[in-house]
Amino acid sequence: MTPQERLTAALARIPYASFLGVRAELKGDELTLVLPFGDHLVGNPLLPALHGGVVAALMELTAITQLAIASKSDKFPKTIDVGFDYLRSGKPVDTYARARVVKIGRRIANVQAEAWQNEREQPIAAMHGHFLVSEEEKAPGGQ
Amino acid sequence: MSGETHYGEGEDVFERVKTMMQWTPQGRALGFEVTKLEGNHVWGRCPYKPELIGDPETGVIAGGVITTFLDQLCGMAAVLAMKEPSMVATIDIRIDYMRAATPGRDVCAEAHCYKIGRSVAFVRAVAFEDSAENPIAHATSTFMVNATRKFGANLREKKT
Repeated sequence: MTPQERLTAALARIPYASFLGVRAELKGDELTLVLPFGDHLVGNPLLPALHGGVVAALMELTAITQLAIASKSDKFPKTIDVGFDYLRSGKPVDTYARARVVKIGRRIANVQAEAWQNEREQPIAAMHGHFLVSEEEKAPGGQ
Repeated sequence: MSGETHYGEGEDVFERVKTMMQWTPQGRALGFEVTKLEGNHVWGRCPYKPELIGDPETGVIAGGVITTFLDQLCGMAAVLAMKEPSMVATIDIRIDYMRAATPGRDVCAEAHCYKIGRSVAFVRAVAFEDSAENPIAHATSTFMVNATRKFGANLREKKT
């Protein structure tokens, strides 16, 4: 199995990724998640604009998948905290996201992500978050 | 039911707010509901659905679903706190997870708009199954308000 196939299979196992319609593209160890536009993804039907939560979900999914690649783990890391900054309204077109693993510690990883549409230099949203990579704890607040 | 929300009084308000929650196609797709209103507080429910699972090994709902739910409920609290309701746009939202949501159970949440100014609303929320005393996640968010014509500017055709 090529890394691309393994990734596609891993995403296909996540029902929510299928619900959104997310697709993965892997170039070397750099992952881009692609979210093709769908009517069910709209948050403001008047503009119309994508739901902010959908853009956030795309970036979080990118972050945990990129982190799984970087930490060479088959398991998806658990989210401790995530912050999303909205920069522009999401147009009803395809959206892309890429994540950068800033640091992987023994238990916690720091990851940043960005989402954009037609122009890479005009991001529509940004994410930064902390994720639990250790197998020892089951939940962030676990004993 | 509606308490002292600026949006108005009575059952009619509750019905209108419930409809507002279903106004977004994504909210409809996820099945969001408003369950209670009181002042600048709003309670909602996000039903558990197998297609929303984020971790196939445990059946835990995806973080993205909780983000979308809390974002929309916080936005709703901001709208309810406005003297003249208009659209709001999220500036930022931060979510802290205390634990994973319980597989098979609906996620509930309470959002509270604790300060609203001319341009910005500040909203906190907590997600849980039974009680806010045993939280799944806490959210802190800010929204741009009274800016119906000002946001989404990048979606319009540029004047030449």
